[in-house]
Amino acid sequence: MAALARAFSPLIPTDFMQLLILTAALALLVVFGYASGQRRALAVAGGNPRLLHSLPRYHGHFVALWCGLPALLVITAWLVLEPTLLRLLVTNALPAEMADQPAERLALFYNEIRNVARHGHAATSDVVADAARHYAGLRQTMFMAVGSLALALAMAGVVFARRRVSPDMRARNRVERVVAVFLVASSTVAIFTTIGIVLSLLFETLRFFQFVPVTEFLFGTSWSPQIAMRADQVGSSGAFGAVPLFAGTLLIAGIAMVVAVPLGLLAAVYMAEYAQPRFRSVVKPLLEVLAGIPTVVYGFFAALTVAPFVRDAGAMLGLSVASESALAAGLVMGIMIIPFVSSLSDDVITAVPRSLREGAYGLGATKSETIKQVVLPAALPGIVGSILLAASRAIGETMIVVMAAGLAANLTANPLEAVTTVTTQIVTLLVGDQEFDSPKTLAAFALGLALFVITLGLNAIALSIVNKYREKYD
Amino acid sequence: MNKIVPQNSFKIIARALSVHYGEKQALHQVDLDIRAGEVTALIGPSGCGKSTFLRCINRMNDLVDGARVSGSLTLDGQDIYDPAVDVVQLRARVGMVFQKPNPFPKSIYDNVAYGPRIHGMARDQAELDAIVNGSLEKAGLWAEVKDRLADSGTSLSGGQQQRLCIARAIAVEPELILMDEPCSALDPIATAKVEELIDELRENYTIVMVTHSMQQAARVSQRTAFFHMGKLIEVGDTEQVFTNPREPLTQGYITGRFG
Amino acid sequence: MTDTAQMAAASSARPAVQIIAARLKRRHAAERRFRRTGLAAVVVSLGFLAILLFTILGNGLSAFSQTYVRLDVTLDAETLGIGDQRSADALASANYQGVVKEALYKRFPSVQGRVEKRELAGLVSSGADTDLRRLLAADPGAVGTTHTLWLVADDNVDMAMKGYISRKPGADGNRLSDRQLGWLAELEAEGAVVKRFNSILFSSGDSREPEQAGLWGAVVGSIYSLAITLLVSFPLGVATAVYLEEFAPKNRWTHLIEVNINNLAAVPSVVFGLLGLAVFLNFFGMPRSAPLVGGLVLALICLPTIIIAGRAALKAVPPSIREAATGLGASRLQVVTDHVLPLAMPGILTGTILGMAHALGETAPLLMIGMVAFIVDIPASPLDPSAVLPVQVYLWADSPERAFVERTSAAIIVLLVFLAVMNLGAIWLRKKFEHRW
Repeated sequence: MAALARAFSPLIPTDFMQLLILTAALALLVVFGYASGQRRALAVAGGNPRLLHSLPRYHGHFVALWCGLPALLVITAWLVLEPTLLRLLVTNALPAEMADQPAERLALFYNEIRNVARHGHAATSDVVADAARHYAGLRQTMFMAVGSLALALAMAGVVFARRRVSPDMRARNRVERVVAVFLVASSTVAIFTTIGIVLSLLFETLRFFQFVPVTEFLFGTSWSPQIAMRADQVGSSGAFGAVPLFAGTLLIAGIAMVVAVPLGLLAAVYMAEYAQPRFRSVVKPLLEVLAGIPTVVYGFFAALTVAPFVRDAGAMLGLSVASESALAAGLVMGIMIIPFVSSLSDDVITAVPRSLREGAYGLGATKSETIKQVVLPAALPGIVGSILLAASRAIGETMIVVMAAGLAANLTANPLEAVTTVTTQIVTLLVGDQEFDSPKTLAAFALGLALFVITLGLNAIALSIVNKYREKYD
Repeated sequence: MNKIVPQNSFKIIARALSVHYGEKQALHQVDLDIRAGEVTALIGPSGCGKSTFLRCINRMNDLVDGARVSGSLTLDGQDIYDPAVDVVQLRARVGMVFQKPNPFPKSIYDNVAYGPRIHGMARDQAELDAIVNGSLEKAGLWAEVKDRLADSGTSLSGGQQQRLCIARAIAVEPELILMDEPCSALDPIATAKVEELIDELRENYTIVMVTHSMQQAARVSQRTAFFHMGKLIEVGDTEQVFTNPREPLTQGYITGRFG
Repeated sequence: MTDTAQMAAASSARPAVQIIAARLKRRHAAERRFRRTGLAAVVVSLGFLAILLFTILGNGLSAFSQTYVRLDVTLDAETLGIGDQRSADALASANYQGVVKEALYKRFPSVQGRVEKRELAGLVSSGADTDLRRLLAADPGAVGTTHTLWLVADDNVDMAMKGYISRKPGADGNRLSDRQLGWLAELEAEGAVVKRFNSILFSSGDSREPEQAGLWGAVVGSIYSLAITLLVSFPLGVATAVYLEEFAPKNRWTHLIEVNINNLAAVPSVVFGLLGLAVFLNFFGMPRSAPLVGGLVLALICLPTIIIAGRAALKAVPPSIREAATGLGASRLQVVTDHVLPLAMPGILTGTILGMAHALGETAPLLMIGMVAFIVDIPASPLDPSAVLPVQVYLWADSPERAFVERTSAAIIVLLVFLAVMNLGAIWLRKKFEHRW
């Protein structure tokens, strides 16, 4: 197998190729298991499938499962454990003076070893070269061991399961039970994701609060995380008052809503009440294109076109506008949000019962009177809900503000100045060097937790409003 | 089949009125005259075109995509489908009460005041109050709601809601009121009250009502028109239609052989 | 008759009709105004879209061509610094730049002095030697011969040829000196400067030199990431949708799962990036910047989309089909796999494609897991460090060179084309398999 992998190595890295070959071998075994189970079932039934409790193909599935599942479990476990195990073994084998380095230095050193071993970087010293050889050897040995174990298990599985094939065996029920377990397990992934988000955010946030008091974070009005980078000042410096970030986020999201709500709502009204079906069938998807454009494109558009335009326009009016003004970022974010407001509002507007409209028309109301005085008030809760959903979108939006909003934390309500936002800071703090023992890096997680809680809260409120509204007309 | 009557006593005159919804023809060449100051009942099995006819009178069919109307339909001698006719004005003259009570999700007062407000019929608050109170009184609802005018219209019972809708319609001072099965969603007691109200309203308004219930048609109407498969089969005094129908189809429907 | 008379009398006493008529004009004007406002909102929104696309196309289309300069290059062994050696190693590390420079000096023999020579060498990309290296690697015997080659021009020359940099001598802030402009004009006059299709853009990885920077590394990275995303999120998403729609009892647990999925759909994507950083990188020690991790994070992001679309598609399959199959003695799972799932598959696939399109455009979470590194090599596996298309856009957007504005826009065009193809595919799928029960 190793030889085969080496043959392809100019094209594809050996480690990846080996894994591919192992997977392919396993897949072949599974297919073979399936076929042999099916054939075996037919054989034990004397060629008459009616004598079997389950169809031959279920016996095939049964054998295939016994073949593939244990092997897959072993490989998965190895994939998860390998990095930890390797690190442990390699660092233990290092010369004592190397192994006694502080944890961070050791981690860097280990990283170097890995790069030499896996990506062919040039070794800077003999120790590294030796360790890298050790690393590569260990890795290869472990892979061969695990690979052999997996293949052996797969073959044993086929033999074992084949023996159990008999006319009375309830192969279908067994296979279905495995599938049921898979279905239930899949559905819990969503739960685990949420738990993972909450735990990872919470864990790092708690560590952050060991450096910075909660009250300073929540109520402090000064934000300058950069100072904390000096090693001798860890924990004693750097300002982590997040109020300017929240204010900046609100300012930009607010501008976005000022743009998106009237445009989106009016567009939704026009589409739902006035537009001809032909017009609607063309324009509605076009509007939704606005929501499908990647946010990084909006960010580029904001930085390249809108921000200079806003600045020049301001200069013509005699106003001084920052080149990364909140107005430019908010404006572009507003454009992005339009379809969220319009399509959700369109849904709630069309959900207003026809009878209400007819009631108004029957009294001689014009269309606009009916819309303004009957339809929109009746749809108001749903519209408020959709606006809240759009607001939560705006608050969580990252790329536009990363590319078009500022980095300096100004506490201002002036849309012509540059402000920074929660998401901008998360990205800024985490792009580049990450030190998980400095409040600078950990602050990103605290901000992330705040963002998570705020958007979740907004969504919960919005959804409950929308749902109540639906119940009313269903 | 109609008696010869001077034309000016007819509020509505339909001649060869046909309605198409897309490919489907819903109304075939209907000739029907509606007398002023009477209750005319339109009866017939579901899908027979009676509601379609009703909705032609205030051009509610305009709201349906692909609906086409041909023939002539006049209100006081004026063609309803003349392009010069303002639909808003027409609907102010021709009120409508719907099958299901459809009060706006506003207060009782605002429901009734809605029409007068959009049409600018009250010069001040006192006048508007007078219109609202008067309409609620005429609809026989005043006694029940006078202490809770600020409550939502949807908080009323079904029968009260329907009478609220009638009050809402008469607040605009229409000449003609169209009722599309106004009692079909109501219980018998509420139905009785609404029927009583219709009988009272006859003194001031011309009423055209669609009904599924032949008993109701017999109880409240003076004239009855029977529709079948989009065609007008027979029209005459209610008593005559129910006791001595001229057409076998009418006879069959009334005696319950189909419906 | 008398009723009519009464009515007429009543009308004249309280002229409701006249009152109404008096206000009609104003009300109809208001109606038209409102209608026009609505139309204006639609037009303005679409106008934004048009401006956006126009800006991107206007800036980016020119990046699909690249300026080349024709030179007679002599592969002199001495200049190459290889002496008599012809081994692959020696050829690989030879001084190709020197050869290119010599060719330029020979073309403009009057140029003397270090500053002038440096300016002259600046006409051709510092990465123009790749073609030469390839030529010699294929045929080591070519040392000593002279070839007429089209070499990639420097980005400033390229920008000047495309009209982004003024070619007027002495213009303020010119990136090209007057001398360079003169040489360029001379070359152009003899037809030694052309614009050709920019194949580098579609074959190279990133580079600090705009004219050498390509998208291919990012495209491959995106393909790897999306493949991982699809492999993970499609089975999980479909299984979850099937479980919730077909098997799950209506109890608190399933309600919890449903609420969870709806909430996940609303969590800002940057938070998923934090999850990826904390769990995949720090906890499991997976490689930074790798499409594997990017794909996993994107899978979690588009999982709710697939589940929600899958459930809707399953819900749309009428119960009568389930009843019919159950009535024939099929087990619950057989009903699902044999009947319900095939019927719901177009809907599920449509949702999956839309989820994938979303994942393709996602940037912020990938920044968290280190996919912002400057990576020249084309990734050979999902474990190699790599960029993806939207991250490449972000990286290039940050670069100061004028030529990168053009390339950023070009990268966006490529990204949008991918997205358009995926979305059209979804629409086609929906149209083709649309069932009306």
